[in-house]
Amino acid sequence: MHDATALSRRSLLKAGALSGGGLFLSATIPGMAKAAAAGGADAASALNAYVSIAPDGLITIVGKNPEIGQGIKTMLPMLVAEELDADWDKVRITQADVDMAKFGPQLAGGSFATPMNWFPMRQVGAAARAMLLEAASLHMMVPASTLKTAKGVVTNPANGQTMTYGELASDAAKSAVPDMQTLKLKDQKDFTIIGRAIGGIDSPRIVKGEPIFGIDTKLPGMVYAAFERSPVFGAKLKSANVAAAKAMKGVQDAFVIKGNGVYDQLVDGVAVVADNWWLAQQARAKLEPVWDNGEWTGHSTAGYNQAAVKAFASGKPEEVFSTHGDVDAAFASAAKVVEADYSYPFLAHVPMEPMNCTALSHADGTMEMWVPSQMPQGGQASVAQMLGVSPDKVKVHITRMGGGFGRRLTNDYMHQAAAIALKVPGKPVQLIWSREDDVRSDFYRPAGYHRLRAALDAKGKITGFEDHFVTFTYPAGGAYNPAEMAKDEFPAKFVPNLRYGQTKLKTAVPMGALRAPTSNALAFVMQSFLDEVAHSQGKDLPTLMLEIVDGAQADPAQTGFFGRQPGFDPARLRAVTKKALAMSGWGKAAPEGHALGFGFYYSHLGYFAEVVEASLNARGQVAVHNVWAAGDVGSQIINPFGAMNQAQGAIIDGLGQATALAVEIEGGATKQSNFHDYAVPRITMVPQIHVEFVKSDNPPTGLGEPALPPVIPALANALFKLTGKRVRKLPIDPKQFA
Amino acid sequence: MAFKVNINGETRELDVPGEMPLLWALRNDLGMVGTKFGCGVGQCGACTVHVDGVAQRSCSVPVASLEGAKVTTIEGLGESELGRALQQAWLEEDVMQCGYCQAGQLMNASALLARNPAPTARQIDAAMSGNICRCACYTRIREAIAQVAAKGGKVDA
Repeated sequence: MHDATALSRRSLLKAGALSGGGLFLSATIPGMAKAAAAGGADAASALNAYVSIAPDGLITIVGKNPEIGQGIKTMLPMLVAEELDADWDKVRITQADVDMAKFGPQLAGGSFATPMNWFPMRQVGAAARAMLLEAASLHMMVPASTLKTAKGVVTNPANGQTMTYGELASDAAKSAVPDMQTLKLKDQKDFTIIGRAIGGIDSPRIVKGEPIFGIDTKLPGMVYAAFERSPVFGAKLKSANVAAAKAMKGVQDAFVIKGNGVYDQLVDGVAVVADNWWLAQQARAKLEPVWDNGEWTGHSTAGYNQAAVKAFASGKPEEVFSTHGDVDAAFASAAKVVEADYSYPFLAHVPMEPMNCTALSHADGTMEMWVPSQMPQGGQASVAQMLGVSPDKVKVHITRMGGGFGRRLTNDYMHQAAAIALKVPGKPVQLIWSREDDVRSDFYRPAGYHRLRAALDAKGKITGFEDHFVTFTYPAGGAYNPAEMAKDEFPAKFVPNLRYGQTKLKTAVPMGALRAPTSNALAFVMQSFLDEVAHSQGKDLPTLMLEIVDGAQADPAQTGFFGRQPGFDPARLRAVTKKALAMSGWGKAAPEGHALGFGFYYSHLGYFAEVVEASLNARGQVAVHNVWAAGDVGSQIINPFGAMNQAQGAIIDGLGQATALAVEIEGGATKQSNFHDYAVPRITMVPQIHVEFVKSDNPPTGLGEPALPPVIPALANALFKLTGKRVRKLPIDPKQFA
Repeated sequence: MAFKVNINGETRELDVPGEMPLLWALRNDLGMVGTKFGCGVGQCGACTVHVDGVAQRSCSVPVASLEGAKVTTIEGLGESELGRALQQAWLEEDVMQCGYCQAGQLMNASALLARNPAPTARQIDAAMSGNICRCACYTRIREAIAQVAAKGGKVDA
């Protein structure tokens, strides 16, 4: 695989002795750092891997990325252990603290970790094995090439002599560091750890209720904080009755926190610090805060809906961001035109563990933090900037997270904790948000509106395609905003005449990435609309999809966020589509009162085709019975347990978005507040889910996201088949079928 | 005034206001953080404990109501064979993703199997419907409970 060779040439290995004897090895892969830097990481950094082997045979692999439930803390060490031929039962995994210089990018998001680490983690394992073999060769006095390794033991097949890795580790530390170019990685058929269903490394502790999450952090003398802020976005604090809060039982202090003017760092608020978080919350209720809610109080979902209607009525987007051919001519000469408007709401993330952060302001000016964050390095940098200190004065411990879904890519709660800790120096303080705080102070999946048109010729071929996308922007521009659509959003490259335009509404509603950002909305819009186009020609959607990409070749590989990555390949679309149709019995009659719908989407380098079987129950509510999903995420499923869990979870997540979830804005604030009115899926709505993976000759890619998007249009299309009524607005309102 | 509450077989003194929910007395005063805060209003089940063997939301149970009651938390689940069987099944089925809700899921599942050792699929869903798993590990929760029921609540040797 030439990709691996390319990486090897730039890689750097370092080895040494452990202090108590044994081998320590690190690999630095500068080529990956450049790719990661595109995502905002420090350009000087490199992607590093660390492994050590103690004289007792215990292998320790540093888990450098944050664990949010995606299984990374188990999966990355599997890659090292495979090439090392380690005994998995003797592998320990430790969670790294934040250290850009040592570990390179440490983040959880974008399904990045698998493609970024697939080669480097295996290389470091292979290098360690080579050094152990070198040491064994000296002991056994035979060439290393004649020796075999398995389960942490080197064997000389000629005489049956064996030595364990532990016995060899100290001598291996004296071996020459191998030339990365000569390292040979294993053939896939020889894998014994990769491809094995391995349970989560922390799970045995979790089932016993041991402290492991950020919110479980406990330090001597620790106090608890609650933070009151205006529910209206962009509000400023005028006054608060901190004396009333201070008079409450158990309260140690209450004080105003002035925002730093950065909406995703520190907003105005009032902190209450107490012996117990519930006491802090009780006192918080006495604060009587007065807010200057400013210009945004007039904002609402209803207002945004009207603005979108107005933008559509103008007939012209503010800006055309992707176009080719002559769209107007295509529509003028069309034999048939299909038109429809689609929309979807703002969404919250609501990970189960509420936002929290523990901070301790030390006398020497260091801020020590324990934070469940998907982007802890970004938090370290921005907290340091806010405090006016160098990043090395902010020490960050990464904790396991009770879910992320993109919410913890934004570190606002970390800034709040730092600001509060400054006011109670020397005392560890744990800031905890209530669920209401979480639902109302999120960085939401942006709502959006689309007016779509397709021109078809007499043969039913799409000759023109147009989208007027009404989306959102911050008044002052602002940071990463997933309210954008790619220029090549499918089927852009497969139609001769195209126009994608957009109109941006200004908003103070904070926006952020939600699992499968942009794709979770656009799959619904595009795959539902293409189902309409197919239906207008008497076809089904999978037939139309295969026709659209008929004869198309794969896009060339390019260098993206992950380094070298393959381009979109229609052959992979075809393979998963055909597989999903076969799995679901597509084309055969569905059970009485049930119907099947199809959806395909390509995101985060993964291809998923899904079929949903749905019905309306006696009360007219949507019921999903079966979901069949076929996915292609490359040549190898690294951990079948984790893979299946991610795919099933993503599908249920998508069904929840389709059927129940919306954040509505009223008076410049979020109307919803907790799980009673933001009703994420429960066990009773969960269908039978059938997932199969189609292997292709591509390096493995991530599974945190790509199974989610297509299930939404698949459900919407099934409901059309069932009722003849189109779902063009999320969440699905069953009243439309009455 | 301190309240005396029996938690996992031990009598603990809680010098807190009587209206304080058990959840916060456990987490902040006793340092027993296995019981999780999820919503604070009895909607999600993350804070589920047993009070005299019955699954209760500790975020909504005032400490004052517990004098003379026997409370079992996730830290005490492994004291019973049924509890250990569930822990084992949870690991064998690799139920969890983030794992945050699982203490509540396990406590509710053990209360279910204690009162109904052989639940139907529908009964499992009904009993577990108060526990949210945001990662949506529901398929595996179903399987793990059914597996323990099939083994009569016994731990595999």
